[in-house]
Amino acid sequence: MTEPKTLNHLPIGASGRVVAVNGESRITRRILEMGIIPGVLVQLVKSAPFNDPIEVSVRGYRLAIRRSEAAAIEVAI
Amino acid sequence: MASTPAHSLTIALAGNPNAGKTTLFNALTGLKQKVANYPGVTVERKTGRWQLNGHAADLIDLPGLYSLDATSLDEQIARNVITGEQKGVKRPDVVVAVVDATNLERNLYVVTQLFDFKVPVVVALTMIDVFEKHDHEINVEKLSQMLKTPVVAINAKSGRGIKELANEVRKAAEQGESKAPAFDDADETAGPHAKIFARYSFIAKAVQESTKHNDTQKLRISSKIDKVLTHKFFGLVILVAVLLIVFQAIFSWATVPMDLLEQGFGGLSALVKENMPPGILTDLISDGIIAGVGGVVVFLPQILLLFLFISLLEDTGYMARAAFLMDKLMSKVGLHGKAFLPLVSSFACAIPGIMATRTIENKRDRFATIMVAPFMSCSARLPVYTLMIAAFFAGQTIFGFISVAAVLMLAMYTLGIAVAVIVAFILKRTVLKAPPPPFLMELPEYRLPNLRTVLQNMLTRAWLFLKRAGTVILAISILLWALMYFPRDLSPAQPSTVPTVESSQADAGGEPTEDVAKESEQLKQSFAGRLGHTIEPVIQPLGFDWKIGVALIASFAAREVLVSTLSIIYNVGKDADAESTTLVSAIRDAKRDDGRAVWTPLTALTLMVFFVLAMQCMSTLAVVRRETNSWLWPLFMFGYMTAIAYGAAFLTYQGGRMLGFE
Repeated sequence: MTEPKTLNHLPIGASGRVVAVNGESRITRRILEMGIIPGVLVQLVKSAPFNDPIEVSVRGYRLAIRRSEAAAIEVAI
Repeated sequence: MASTPAHSLTIALAGNPNAGKTTLFNALTGLKQKVANYPGVTVERKTGRWQLNGHAADLIDLPGLYSLDATSLDEQIARNVITGEQKGVKRPDVVVAVVDATNLERNLYVVTQLFDFKVPVVVALTMIDVFEKHDHEINVEKLSQMLKTPVVAINAKSGRGIKELANEVRKAAEQGESKAPAFDDADETAGPHAKIFARYSFIAKAVQESTKHNDTQKLRISSKIDKVLTHKFFGLVILVAVLLIVFQAIFSWATVPMDLLEQGFGGLSALVKENMPPGILTDLISDGIIAGVGGVVVFLPQILLLFLFISLLEDTGYMARAAFLMDKLMSKVGLHGKAFLPLVSSFACAIPGIMATRTIENKRDRFATIMVAPFMSCSARLPVYTLMIAAFFAGQTIFGFISVAAVLMLAMYTLGIAVAVIVAFILKRTVLKAPPPPFLMELPEYRLPNLRTVLQNMLTRAWLFLKRAGTVILAISILLWALMYFPRDLSPAQPSTVPTVESSQADAGGEPTEDVAKESEQLKQSFAGRLGHTIEPVIQPLGFDWKIGVALIASFAAREVLVSTLSIIYNVGKDADAESTTLVSAIRDAKRDDGRAVWTPLTALTLMVFFVLAMQCMSTLAVVRRETNSWLWPLFMFGYMTAIAYGAAFLTYQGGRMLGFE
């Protein structure tokens, strides 16, 4: 395992395992409730035309998430 | 079979958005549905009757939810319904949890939350055919064992499992208690989110034991489609094409039935006039009521068409992609990606556009979109622009080849968009200020649309418009008619306030027939005519006289009414259209008391600017009232838009004069 980085810095197509979801806000809670919790595998599928938001594959479904929100998700490649 | 239950059952339908909840609800209730708002809020309450193997039950469709944590209004209401705290709704005997088999883990999350309420739950497993087509296997019995909850695989379209679902629901209602595990004692001291982790580890185990994935490497069809539809370049091209089709439909195809409706109501109105004795009652029926009803019904083609497209786009899964593509652009002004389509639709007409904002879940995002939608230049403004351009800018060019008319049109559309952007920016930082809501939006699998769901949604929206907005529009139509109709006394009540009556007839140049002259005279004497005089000092700084004032008041019914009102007031008969040469010359020839022309190119431009920005559409206000469930928002909209319109028109006119234009 390499050093953890945040989901928004993952290259397109790369996968990683979630290490932590930082923060205490409503957004943090919602990210967790959507199934992005430590230990789960996530893949950055693509980014939208203006580079934001990004499409993430998690638990067999696709989720669009803004880069600012993805910055709270730490992943290990 | 058990004996008849002592009371009629109440059953709630819960589940994630896109799980097939609406399709199941439609299949269970048929056409007998009631859509209303929960009291005091904009959350929609959908109810119907479900024939549960011979016994009717009340079925409540809860809003589509990812969680029951009560962080949003939808979640709060759903929670209240389930616990029986929601006023006017009976505590459900059973909750049917709709779960998408292709997305089991996340869909089960909300089910584990339902367990906490100790309400009997029956899981309805949808999309199972898709799941199996992808070479996955699911053991429904095993899943039911793991969840300690009945699970029924269903297909709403083919009817598979519906009977079994009814049986399980009745059984669960009779038992009245749930054996499912509750998570309300999860150790929160282990961290603020321990409960979420506990739920997901329970789910992961249940799913692992009950499913088999034989070929996970198979590329999903949705991913293939998305390679094109959310492509950085082609995705945008296709989005523009889709919008063009939608736009074409509501802007152009809808005009055919709209014209027919208008002619129909016009004919009906004439028929009443011919066959009833002349008098106030006849005029009220033909010019007030029939014209008012016509003014409501005429919006139906646009609303039906737009909702046909919106339902199709939602049902197939494309809507989320459109929001994904446009979110960056929209978020720059603080709006959600999903605001894009409603705003574009508003170029045809703000009414279906505002109704379309229902797809935006967050209330503040939705209200901000509603508040700026009327700035998009709608089709009703076109006759006004056309008339002004025909009268003062026709045939002119810049540098010999750019048509002034085209430049002005473009400028009007751009002005509307620019002001909308500024207002949205300000609203999101003031009145509608809030921490940004999570964007987190599911990109559901593409799916063939369910025709029944699409049609039902379309008809529901049209009916809601007629019922809620229609009544308000009709009432205001009759009020406006009365303002222009009364008082009937033709002898001038206050001769001193209408000194221009004689000169105005001379202004028009032509020789008006007696009827036309009488009609014109009547309007000038009416309450609306007097109101025109009353507001004259206010609109004078914009270069408008009292006759334009009357036309402004009348155009509150609908913007295009400006043209017919000007025609009446300038004695050319109300049937003149925006390109009528008599109306154009009457406008050019109109004089003020001191002999100066009323209209100059500058006045025309000022009027156009005013029309871009002013809230002159009672129908829009009626729809805003319905969509925000309050009179406060439409009044606020009317107030601030009128203020902006006045300010901009003032700057245009006074600025133009300072630059030396007349």
